[in-house]
Amino acid sequence: MSAHLPVLQVLIPLLAAPFCVVLRHRDIAWAISLITSLVCFAISLMILDQVLTQGVISYFMGGWPAPWGIEFRIDVVNAYVLVIVSAIGAIVSLYGRHSINKEIPRNQIYLFYTAYLLCLTGLLGMTATGDAFNLFVFLEISSLSTYALISLGKNRRALTASYQYLIMGTLGATFYVIGLGLLYMMTGTLNIVDLHNKLADVDGSLRTFQAALAFLTVGLSLKLALFPLHLWLPNAYTYAPSTVTAFLASTATKVAVYVMLRVFFTIFGVDLFEETGVPNIIMILAICGMFVASTVAIFQENLKRMLAYSSVAQIGYIMLGISFLSVTGVSAGIVHLFNHAIMKCALFLALGCVMYRVGSVKLSDMHGIAKKMPWTMGAFVVGGLSLIGVPLTVGFVSKWYLINAAMEADMMPVAALILLSSLLALVYVWRVIEVAYFRAPKTESNIKEAPLSMLIPLWIMAGASIYFGIDTDMTLGVAELAAEMLVGGTP
Amino acid sequence: MMDRKPILRVTAKIFMPFILLFGLYVQIHGDFGPGGGFQAGVIFASSFILYALIYSLHDAKLVLSSVALEIMAAIGVLLFAGTGVVSFFYGENFLNYNALAHDPIHGQHYGILIIELGVGLTVFSAMTLIFYTFAGRGR
Repeated sequence: MSAHLPVLQVLIPLLAAPFCVVLRHRDIAWAISLITSLVCFAISLMILDQVLTQGVISYFMGGWPAPWGIEFRIDVVNAYVLVIVSAIGAIVSLYGRHSINKEIPRNQIYLFYTAYLLCLTGLLGMTATGDAFNLFVFLEISSLSTYALISLGKNRRALTASYQYLIMGTLGATFYVIGLGLLYMMTGTLNIVDLHNKLADVDGSLRTFQAALAFLTVGLSLKLALFPLHLWLPNAYTYAPSTVTAFLASTATKVAVYVMLRVFFTIFGVDLFEETGVPNIIMILAICGMFVASTVAIFQENLKRMLAYSSVAQIGYIMLGISFLSVTGVSAGIVHLFNHAIMKCALFLALGCVMYRVGSVKLSDMHGIAKKMPWTMGAFVVGGLSLIGVPLTVGFVSKWYLINAAMEADMMPVAALILLSSLLALVYVWRVIEVAYFRAPKTESNIKEAPLSMLIPLWIMAGASIYFGIDTDMTLGVAELAAEMLVGGTP
Repeated sequence: MMDRKPILRVTAKIFMPFILLFGLYVQIHGDFGPGGGFQAGVIFASSFILYALIYSLHDAKLVLSSVALEIMAAIGVLLFAGTGVVSFFYGENFLNYNALAHDPIHGQHYGILIIELGVGLTVFSAMTLIFYTFAGRGR
């Protein structure tokens, strides 16, 4: 069966989703989604192993060879992203049961798991496919299910947030297709590797080519929430159910970044991409995002919203790394994909525990909460330290590489800005720590520690954000391989 | 409310079987000419929507409840993906319908017919469900 792994990765959640609808029971649906996520995680690890030992895997749907048929093509870059997405999926579904039962109306829970599995299908499919149009189809699967997931939030504003995201997301997807249409006009192919080969001898000043790049860049920037196209994100993350926020924050934007890497480096190639001047624009926007979003985060009363703004800032770091176009820079961006996924997942899962016990994630409701929920807030502190970039956490590894890349490119001011923006992260994380640890509780209440089934996944993530900060062989090794491949221009 | 509109009621009754038959025609004919699961599903759903419009939503739900439609929509997806899975057991890639019969051309033919049935089922149920949901608002 090992030859079919690439398709099984996407097919298993797709097949599991309708079963949740047919069986219509919340616990069975939870069990199905848990087993599916764990199987997906196992498969993604096997695929990564296979790619590292045997090289690129190519799988032809229906036996039609590329470029005519749809190809699933997995190299180091997407094998790595597959591991991120499926690992987060496994953790989140392990964690989700209690939180979901509390936050979502009983008769909609089986639909929640269906939408979750479809979202997983879409994200894994986007990552695995080697066909640019097939990627769009999976993008739509993941987006549509994401809108449904967000709208399940308890607060009525979840509906508006979801609608806002629907409009922006659809715009982004439309721009992607327009850009792709222009490329198809020039080359007559939709296969990513084939596009790369056929675009190799295109003149970079051609109008169609530039328009295609512009549409693809703006469309994907919308999906990955690059400043200033991030406006859908804070509301969506704030009002979605806690589990959904943790899942989306660590996967959806990451996969969009992956797609952007593919477009920039595999389809267009570094040289063509550099000629257009887009990297400079991205660098400026990324730095603006790091500062503006972090500053806005400092003033947030709702912690989910605070972390949402912090996500926008972190996307800034990732894109900054990519915009250096050097192996160090791109590997910093890629390693931060993984590191940010881990720490944001830990932070949002911790907030999910708070939401479960307190019923709110407002700062004013969290006075002295660390005494009642020491394990939850402990994990939050670990995630927060990682966000700042304290040594021995994953955040440090990413920032270290990012600063290295800036120095390598002779951009000392940029390196200074990276350090400076970390101070902003310190401010917004400290606000929470101060309130949770050093303020007396407002009223006597019988808030207890979150149940063990939520704490264990939370601490797996918190532990991972320390473990991968110390043992960087796995993450950095793969990220460097991936960056070398992308920057080196081998499709 | 439509009790006093005998023309509409009778016309709808007469039209129903023809719409359903045409839906089936488009469904089965899909692999030879214009048509296919999506169009057939919409036509099939339109007959149920017509019924619900003339005879009330309540009566339409007696024929097919929302729960049944949800399950049918899911079964359609399973049918589509499941057909692709069958080729695994013959050592072929996913969605390779050559494996479905001794002769590749027949295999492809059967494959398309079956998956179109899945498409039709899902589109029909989803369309009808959307109508039920909108029509049932505020009740």
